Amino acid sequence: MRQVIIIGSGPAGYTAAIYAARANLEPLVVASSVEAGGELMNTTEVENFPGFPEGIMGPDLMAKMQEQAERFGAEVLYDDVVSLDIDGPIKTVTLGSGAVHQAFTIVFATGSAPRKIGIEGEARLSGRGVSYCATCDGFFFRERTIAVVGGGDSAMEEATFLTKFASKVYVIHRREELRASKIMQERAFKNEKIEFVWNSAVVDVLGEDAVTGLVLESTVDGSRRELALDGIFVAIGNDPRTHLVHNKLDLTAEGTISVEGRSSRTSVPGVFAAGDVLDPTYRQAVTAAGSGTVAALDVEHYLAALGEAGAPAESASPIDDLAEVDAA
Amino acid sequence: MTAKATTSATFEQDVLQAEGPVLVDFWAEWCGPCRMVSPVLDQIQSEHPEKITILKLNVDENPDLAMKYQITSIPAMKVFNKGQVETTIIGAKPKFALEQDLAAYIG
Repeated sequence: MRQVIIIGSGPAGYTAAIYAARANLEPLVVASSVEAGGELMNTTEVENFPGFPEGIMGPDLMAKMQEQAERFGAEVLYDDVVSLDIDGPIKTVTLGSGAVHQAFTIVFATGSAPRKIGIEGEARLSGRGVSYCATCDGFFFRERTIAVVGGGDSAMEEATFLTKFASKVYVIHRREELRASKIMQERAFKNEKIEFVWNSAVVDVLGEDAVTGLVLESTVDGSRRELALDGIFVAIGNDPRTHLVHNKLDLTAEGTISVEGRSSRTSVPGVFAAGDVLDPTYRQAVTAAGSGTVAALDVEHYLAALGEAGAPAESASPIDDLAEVDAA
Repeated sequence: MTAKATTSATFEQDVLQAEGPVLVDFWAEWCGPCRMVSPVLDQIQSEHPEKITILKLNVDENPDLAMKYQITSIPAMKVFNKGQVETTIIGAKPKFALEQDLAAYIG
């Protein structure tokens, strides 16, 4: 029996693990078998994480977070949760390997997954010219013409990165202005290989077994046109990964996990949420890390209250550990 | 037994002329998801050495084959049988999901 199981290994999951481990809660982190480290594993330079004035590569940042969590006693498993039983006071987590783990508390930090446009050609040609990861697939578009769909920071970062390979990168956006931060916008505007296509929605992806073009529809007058190209990178946002807790935890109208006020407490006692899975708005590595801290502290308070109510006592009282940490 | 490597020079013999099904994992050093799926493929290989041969093909070192098989996203796993591509799996997946995709061979 564990004190806490953390599901997810992005900035939220690992920060929760660092705090929980320092409170001697010996957290188990279920990191995922093939997506450990979360979304930052597919980014390049991270320039806005405090403490790294020269920037840091996303995968390096995640390796450091993991190292920090493990240093204080977190155990990391490269496995996937296939089912969750969270109704009673003891939570049960079943993994892809068949292993079963139990704990008094769960931190649910599964992050988010790239949003799809939701058109027929997109699914059919996924991996055949339709991509959701510039750092993974950009290499295959050397001297080709491609498009990035989206107007946020991720779209600008991908477009700028892809100019290392592609001869031409269109950025297709529904509106006439970008959501992206000024610094990312300016970098993209200055890049000669990038051409902006404003007020346009992608309504179809063309090609038999490889992408040959897009059908664009004007969001102003509804007119349609075709754009010939070899690849399309979709960067239109993310959707929270909540499939494991559908019908188990209350969700918001936006599909994120509903929590009480500014806490991490979900609709089920002993289950806490952190990171992108509860945040439809900010979705930054730093805000996710902060959210992981909130969850770990909420876990400590919950366990302390359980201890006072006479639940099976484990190694040490979490509150004492917290006092130790504060004094250190 | 972990998965071995194949190259442009040996592909004909390793893959196209092979007797049983051969899964070729198109990968690269710089591809994070490839590095994650690689040990999973090693496990599947060691659990089913008789049923399927799993070979890794580095797309940086063998761009001709990446182009020939129209690879635009990695990891890309293609199962060859009697010289023909029978199954294509794109993207890193957990072991149980890969096992489902490969059930026809290793089930």
